[in-house]
Amino acid sequence: MAVEGDLVQMGALIGAGLACTGMGGAAVGVGHVVGNYLSGALRNPAAAAGQTATMFIGIAFAEALGIFSFLVALLLMYAQ
Amino acid sequence: MATEDAGNGFNIHPMDQFVVKPLFGGDVVNWYTPTNVTLWMGLTVLAIVVLLVVGTRGRAIVPSRSQSVAEVMYGFVHKMVEDIAGKEGLKYFPYIFTLFIFILIANILGLLPTAFTTTSHIAVTAVMAMGVFIFVTILGFVKNGTKFFALFWISSAPLVLRPILALIEIISYFVRPVSHSIRLAGNMMAGHAVIKVFAGFAGALGIGAIAPIVAIMAVYGLEMLVVCIQAYVFTILTCVYLNDALHPVH
Repeated sequence: MAVEGDLVQMGALIGAGLACTGMGGAAVGVGHVVGNYLSGALRNPAAAAGQTATMFIGIAFAEALGIFSFLVALLLMYAQ
Repeated sequence: MATEDAGNGFNIHPMDQFVVKPLFGGDVVNWYTPTNVTLWMGLTVLAIVVLLVVGTRGRAIVPSRSQSVAEVMYGFVHKMVEDIAGKEGLKYFPYIFTLFIFILIANILGLLPTAFTTTSHIAVTAVMAMGVFIFVTILGFVKNGTKFFALFWISSAPLVLRPILALIEIISYFVRPVSHSIRLAGNMMAGHAVIKVFAGFAGALGIGAIAPIVAIMAVYGLEMLVVCIQAYVFTILTCVYLNDALHPVH
């Protein structure tokens, strides 16, 4: 049985799907940041409000790497 | 190419909304061609002017609704700059507030149905991020001279480790504009594409479309949150970089 279609395109699409697994890592990272913030905030609620900005910076850094994997997937799908 | 028609009315084109098209027909896009990007950027600026200039025209002691929205945003960004970059950072508050309100309004306008999200293009966000990067680097050298290199030479670390840390710090410094711009553009693009994918499901399902429509409403609410958080994150990172330039000692 012969395989029809473009082998390069198939490889690119499989690669795009694999690249999206990187988003799971970003999800773990963001959850870790927020979870630790929350456990710290419940121990010392008085200090929590001053640290929300730091939490958002941490989320942004963790999330940027997930966005990079999304970008790699987009490049594989559309920019050949 | 990745979203081919399956032949049963199930065709989803989530990326079509990001195509830059000339407003008045034709296909050629020159630098002077008015496109949908021009239109939506113009609407963004118009909305900002209406909110900040017309909205606060009354200068009332007890503010009207639009005046209090403008005042809340102004005070919010002012406090953010003061908290993170210190009193010296307040000199650059107009620049940071301009970035914040442009990104926020452009993101929110991009959520309107059939709208074009200008901030979903890396070309747009990269200009803003490179602007911040160049501004902060020049400011750091003007304010501190060669002491600015203390940002890369961490004097609290053991001497053996310092060259390695310096290398890492330099790489992370030059990756800043890349991650700064891609974070905003990627978030906008991903969120809007997700809404479009669910909309494609709704078109294919007929009477069962109620489930994807509910999902679109939920994702739309999430997107409203993401849109504000991304404007906030872009601004807060600008403040952090500004703080690095003003106080480079680690």
